[in-house]
Amino acid sequence: MLDRKIAPQIKDAVEYGISLKKPDVFKLSNSVPVYTNHAGTEEVIQIEWLFKAGNWYDTKNNVSAATNFLIKNGTIKRSAYEINEFVDFYGAYLNRSCYNETAVVTLHCLTRQLEHILPIVQEIFREANFPEDELNIYRQNMKQRLAVNLRKCDFVAGRKIDELMFGSKHPYGVYSEMEHYDAITSEDIKAYYDSFYKNGNCTIFSAGILPANYAELLEKYFGTLPFNSKTIVEQTHEVQPFAEKKWEIINDKDGVQAAIRIARPFPTRHHPDFPKTQVLNALFGGFFGSRLMTNIREDKGYTYGIYSYLVNHIHEGMWMISTEAGRDVCHATVQEVYHEMQQLRDGDIDQEELLQVKNYLIGTLLGDLDGPFQIMSRWKNLILNGMDESYFNHSVEVIKNITADELKELAIKYLNPDEFYELIVI
Amino acid sequence: MITFERFTLSNGLKVLVHEDTSTPMAVVNVLYDVGARDEDPAQTGFAHLFEHLMFGGSINIPDYDDPLQVAGGENNAYTTNDITNYYCQLPAENLETAFWLESDRMLSLAFNKKSLDVQRKVVCEEFKEHYINKPYGDVWHIMRELAYKVHPYRWMTIGKELSHVENAQLDDVKRFFFKHYTPLNAILVVAGNVKTDQVKALAEKWFGDIPSGEKYVRNIPQEPAQTEERRMSVTRNVPMDAIYKTWHMCGRMDDDYYATDLLSDILGGGASSRLYESLVKHQQLFVQINCYHFGSFDGGLLTIEGQLVKGVDMQVAEKSILDEIEKIKNEMIAERELQKVQNKTESVMAFEDMSVMNRAGSLAFYELLGDGEMMNEEFKKYQDVTTADLHRLANQIFRPENCNTLLYMAE
Repeated sequence: MLDRKIAPQIKDAVEYGISLKKPDVFKLSNSVPVYTNHAGTEEVIQIEWLFKAGNWYDTKNNVSAATNFLIKNGTIKRSAYEINEFVDFYGAYLNRSCYNETAVVTLHCLTRQLEHILPIVQEIFREANFPEDELNIYRQNMKQRLAVNLRKCDFVAGRKIDELMFGSKHPYGVYSEMEHYDAITSEDIKAYYDSFYKNGNCTIFSAGILPANYAELLEKYFGTLPFNSKTIVEQTHEVQPFAEKKWEIINDKDGVQAAIRIARPFPTRHHPDFPKTQVLNALFGGFFGSRLMTNIREDKGYTYGIYSYLVNHIHEGMWMISTEAGRDVCHATVQEVYHEMQQLRDGDIDQEELLQVKNYLIGTLLGDLDGPFQIMSRWKNLILNGMDESYFNHSVEVIKNITADELKELAIKYLNPDEFYELIVI
Repeated sequence: MITFERFTLSNGLKVLVHEDTSTPMAVVNVLYDVGARDEDPAQTGFAHLFEHLMFGGSINIPDYDDPLQVAGGENNAYTTNDITNYYCQLPAENLETAFWLESDRMLSLAFNKKSLDVQRKVVCEEFKEHYINKPYGDVWHIMRELAYKVHPYRWMTIGKELSHVENAQLDDVKRFFFKHYTPLNAILVVAGNVKTDQVKALAEKWFGDIPSGEKYVRNIPQEPAQTEERRMSVTRNVPMDAIYKTWHMCGRMDDDYYATDLLSDILGGGASSRLYESLVKHQQLFVQINCYHFGSFDGGLLTIEGQLVKGVDMQVAEKSILDEIEKIKNEMIAERELQKVQNKTESVMAFEDMSVMNRAGSLAFYELLGDGEMMNEEFKKYQDVTTADLHRLANQIFRPENCNTLLYMAE
């Protein structure tokens, strides 16, 4: 007779060996590095052209983001519609995103269609022309999108906490108001494009089933472009956090929920505490079985979800707790967050809980590394932070070996409520 | 080409196995043939609330999540108007843990009062977060009631009103469970680094002795054909006017489903679609405009939604949509335009099939529709669509008397 109360034997995930498959790398003749991971079960490919073109290098508020958005909205030869129709016709997806230090153009397509699409990608890096009409539409649409977002407490809280932590002039704390969109001109954008894309610093990451002539194709379309010939002047930005730590903002007087953000500065992943704190963070609020979720959602029902994160920017980091909670219980929620910090400072983690979180972290790492795109995404992060697989291997060892005492020490060092900014937006 | 094996346990549980040795992981997906359409109109939001309760402990296991996490696994679930789907992924060596957990909650929940009390609150916060505290959050609440008069698609999965969830009682929960959460009403898919023989043995061991329960016989009133155009206007505290138009379309199993899907893509799927190019880029009347549908099992709604540029007159905006509709009704669609959306579809399907989790979910979904093998035949059906099909459907669907319009005006 089956005894359903007894759990089946398991292999502890911490017993698994995990390795990060190294990508192949080659250089185009203009010295653009190309990382590849040829793997997968479907005949598909993902290529990312990554430029040092994030808002770190902004010459004016939002210019980096506007340039990135409009880069495929017209070239000397083709209109935005012609580009989009062409890309769509081959079942491809050409997206772009702008981050803090970097900006990317990403292509997803069936491997057999790659050859058709690459000329268009080359064209947008060579001769994007940023038509005035496209800029006007962009301005108008961004302003309306902002007007809608400003009605959302989570959006307002998200940008306010960044500002409090980093200052309104720092690339991590800056945001755009209506007038910033009006102030951008096509000259600003063209100049930015010229410096940071056309003559910019490019790295290519690719994964999936690559065609046999992949290296030749990339050389043909991208090897002769004027990438990586000029050195980008590295800029420094000073963090200027606000002095006042406690904020409460009424954004919507009829709001039924409050967006809560509680955050403190935290070192980057180069700091020895970083990988260890990732384990503490998981236990505190990093997954569904965390302390915060168990207490504040699963026991009290104050929220649909609550999480904590190590926000790992390249230059400066922070440790943040984020949730939307019922308006009437938002202060109680904040108190419970501090209560959970105190519990960890008191060192109440037992072996069972520690093993659970370790197994969870290793198990999800195994799952996350399942697939060529995911592996390349890990590598991209390592490379952008000037790291290699030794950092990954070290992090895995930390997860497997960290003790409850070490976690208690970290909690005492970092989970001190007085050092946290506290923001409530209703 | 996705390969799989299939067998049925003596209690009626259907099991599908998809082997993929390229991954160290295993996925266990349990689909229950119950969604918001199966709810009592006086107790809406129940299927979804129930999904939350499925994590509150089962008859022999006090907590679902903890043991799964100890085994290195993670999981989630979702509820639609048609189905409720649970899935977890864990290292393949620990596959049996997933069988243990999933079979116990199919056997019986713990029916824990505390869990019900807490999850009622959690769902209410979810309701507020997504539908009350967001601009335009109540659109589908209004549109569903406008477009459906009889069919239970007239309420959202989250529920018609907060009170239905707030008033849910433990007895209601028990009744719902024993009616729907039975082997006869479920499909189990196991995928990843697994072997069919191993899955057979585990399925017999853990699911074999669960009473089959009664087959739930669905008896849902189908929506009669709409005979008159319906219009409604609301004023809300939002920054911009918006318009929502829906037309009744066929269900998921209809032969015309594929052509209808492509038709929506031609009109409003992405940056080279007709509506975007004409109304956002060329005429600059809208900030954004999309055409989509939900792939509902029963008759669905082909939807166009757009947010107006500030200052644009609503009548002008609506007319611009209708002009595009007239055009697609009156002029044949070019072969190249059809081929474009077929190519996009092929690509989307290939990317979706990359993850074992998606493959497992799709197999369960198609098996419920009739046969998991449909997953491999799906693209052929898109390829077989002709421009004549599109022309016929445009004229069949886009009739004024088949249309519901919601004008969502800023204060």
